[in-house]
Amino acid sequence: MTDSLPSALAIEAHGLTRRFGSLTAVDRLDLAVSTGTIHGFLGPNGSGKTTTLRMFCGLLRPSAGTASVLGMDIAHKAEAIRRRIGYMTQRFSLYEDLTVLENLQFVGEVQGVPARKRREKIDELLATYRLKDRCGQRVGTLSGGEKQRLALAAALIHEPDLLFLDEPTSAVDPQNRRDFWENLFDICDRGTTILVSTHYMDEAERCHSLSILDYGQLVGSGPPREQIARLGNRVVEVETDTPREAQTALHRAAGVLSVAQLGTQLHVLVAEDAAAPVELVTRAMRDANLIGRVHPARPGLEDVFVAVTVARCKAQHKEAA
Amino acid sequence: MNSLRRFFAIVRKEFRQLVRDRLTFGMIVGIPIIQLTIFGYAINTDVRHLRAAVSDDSRTDLSRELIAMVRETQVVDIIGHASGPRQLEQWIKEGRISVGIVIPYDYARRLERGEDRPAQLLVDGSDPIVGQAAVQVAGLRIPGTKALATSRATDTDERFHAAAVAATAATQQFPINPVTAFEIRLDYNPERISAVSIVPGLLGVILTMTMVLMTAVAIVRERERGTLEMLITTPVKTVELMVGKIVPYIGVGLVQMSLILFLGHLMFGVPVRGSLLHLYLAGLAFITANLTMGLLNSTFAQNQFQAMQMTFFFFLPSILLSGFMFPFDGMPVPAQWIGELLPLTHFNRMSRGILLRGATLSEIGRDLWPLAAFFCVMMTVVLLRFRKRLD
Ligand SMILES: Nc1ncnc2c1ncn2[C@@H]1O[C@H](COP(=O)(O)OP(=O)(O)OP(=O)(O)O)[C@@H](O)[C@H]1O
Ligand SMILES: [Mg+2]
Repeated sequence: MTDSLPSALAIEAHGLTRRFGSLTAVDRLDLAVSTGTIHGFLGPNGSGKTTTLRMFCGLLRPSAGTASVLGMDIAHKAEAIRRRIGYMTQRFSLYEDLTVLENLQFVGEVQGVPARKRREKIDELLATYRLKDRCGQRVGTLSGGEKQRLALAAALIHEPDLLFLDEPTSAVDPQNRRDFWENLFDICDRGTTILVSTHYMDEAERCHSLSILDYGQLVGSGPPREQIARLGNRVVEVETDTPREAQTALHRAAGVLSVAQLGTQLHVLVAEDAAAPVELVTRAMRDANLIGRVHPARPGLEDVFVAVTVARCKAQHKEAA
Repeated sequence: MNSLRRFFAIVRKEFRQLVRDRLTFGMIVGIPIIQLTIFGYAINTDVRHLRAAVSDDSRTDLSRELIAMVRETQVVDIIGHASGPRQLEQWIKEGRISVGIVIPYDYARRLERGEDRPAQLLVDGSDPIVGQAAVQVAGLRIPGTKALATSRATDTDERFHAAAVAATAATQQFPINPVTAFEIRLDYNPERISAVSIVPGLLGVILTMTMVLMTAVAIVRERERGTLEMLITTPVKTVELMVGKIVPYIGVGLVQMSLILFLGHLMFGVPVRGSLLHLYLAGLAFITANLTMGLLNSTFAQNQFQAMQMTFFFFLPSILLSGFMFPFDGMPVPAQWIGELLPLTHFNRMSRGILLRGATLSEIGRDLWPLAAFFCVMMTVVLLRFRKRLD
């Protein structure tokens, strides 16, 4: 991998692995993130999102595999990479005993932004992220949403080519989250590639492309829409007067991966190898002597997520048995 | 250019945090005041009026003369007469007296023959302070003639002869450690330890404690709060970070030093016989060396508690082996080797020299280089050990 490869890929990883003792936090991850896109990392707690981002930032060394960020090998060019990336950590990592302005000045200085440029940039960021009147306030006293906007501003102060955001919207209300994503698209529009990790389906669905992680392994990848489309007709809905009984019955039925209740409706995901999902569920209801209307439904990203994680779980159970 | 900017950014940030952190600020001012008060007033190492008893089997003018001399030192108060060494031992065991003076029946004859150790001193060795004080008594010399003087004493003063010895027989039976007078040089005149002579040492002790802890905590706190993860993902270089962390605390150290000197002068009349400039130069080297030690500490400690423990780990030998607690020359040679490695040892010599003896830096400058060497070695280790990574 050479330095100056004019690549359309901002990030490229092959077999990237990180072990902590006997635990494999990231397991043979392959990844390709196109320049100028927003790429999402979706995965439950402990699935290795933070660990992967840290490897890309040069904070952790991979146990195996290779990766290049902005065309530079993470094993040898960590310092060069750091000059061109912004990293918003999962845990808030600015100085709570300094004011908003002091924090931005400090980060600007250590990022090597020249004085005049720094002043302009800080003004611009304060305006964009609605922090102007919080300027002289100690950061420790800011609200969750303000802290998050400040952290984003600080990560952007040196105009990085690539932005890593680790669960940026935890502790933020839905309205702020929506605004935040609008900001991300603005940033992306100006040519910055963004890699963002999240737990939220709605956020994941907004990404240009999405990697789903589970136990350190990549279990799904591609644009969210494509991933949803791949589910085809595997999702059905059941309307019934006895949803609790129906849920118990369907849970036990062979070929059913998951059943979630939404009001009086049941959202059912069937296994990939089931030929006719609607018939399968209807039969299961009849076998349990339950009455209900079964009809196909549109799958969502949550179904994709459940499909890959539950499938893996069941496969493991079978292996164990 | 960029490097300088980053360096100053860290210095400025650190300084701001320092000023806003009440606890640290309290530590800077509080520790010197508390330590000075404790060491200066509470621990009165100038021991006097120890309870003592005499067993005089000689009952001659010479023996009465010895008792009178011992009494004059004011180190001991003779509160009774025992019927023999056995009773003295019993009294020491019971804690009724700390020192027993045994004058054998043939004391006068021994003295005439010019014998060493004509009398004995029983000391309650379980209390080191008592032991130290007894040394003063043990060092007493009694008037004699030229013929009576030992060879050692001849060098300094022919009129005196030492007159104390340990009762070795007693040690087997009782847990009482005798002081052997002649282990101590005849011409050894124990320095009267007082607040005035303790403050120059205390200056170094306080600075060791606070300085090592300051930089250790300055880094470890960032690790604990998660800000280090942000910081090491920026282009900042390890050396910029480390030196930037030291600089504000040099100022703190100098302020603290001034405070101790001022309080020492105010409370105990500690003099500044030499040049203040020289003292501050020595202080600067010493402070920097300790701050670097703190940085090294932070490359091991994961949290502030560990940083505290490790500071203590360094602090203890510093106190014990630097000549602050025990006279340096009296320590076993291996302990002296370790002592020579500690910054406090060198600073103690310099601060005592400048403050009490009016020495100049050119006279005691040989203690400056070890501090510079300490700084260089530690800084190198820190730069090698600190990684801009989390693993
Ligand atoms: N420094 C470390 N030492 C040991 N184990 C670690 C370390 N860092 C992470 N792990 C483990 O690696 C696994 C992945 O952790 P990671 O933080 O990457 O997950 P995550 O996807 O970011 O989770 P979350 O959504 O909760 O932030 C976890 O099981 C975690 O316990
Ligand atoms: Mg995480």
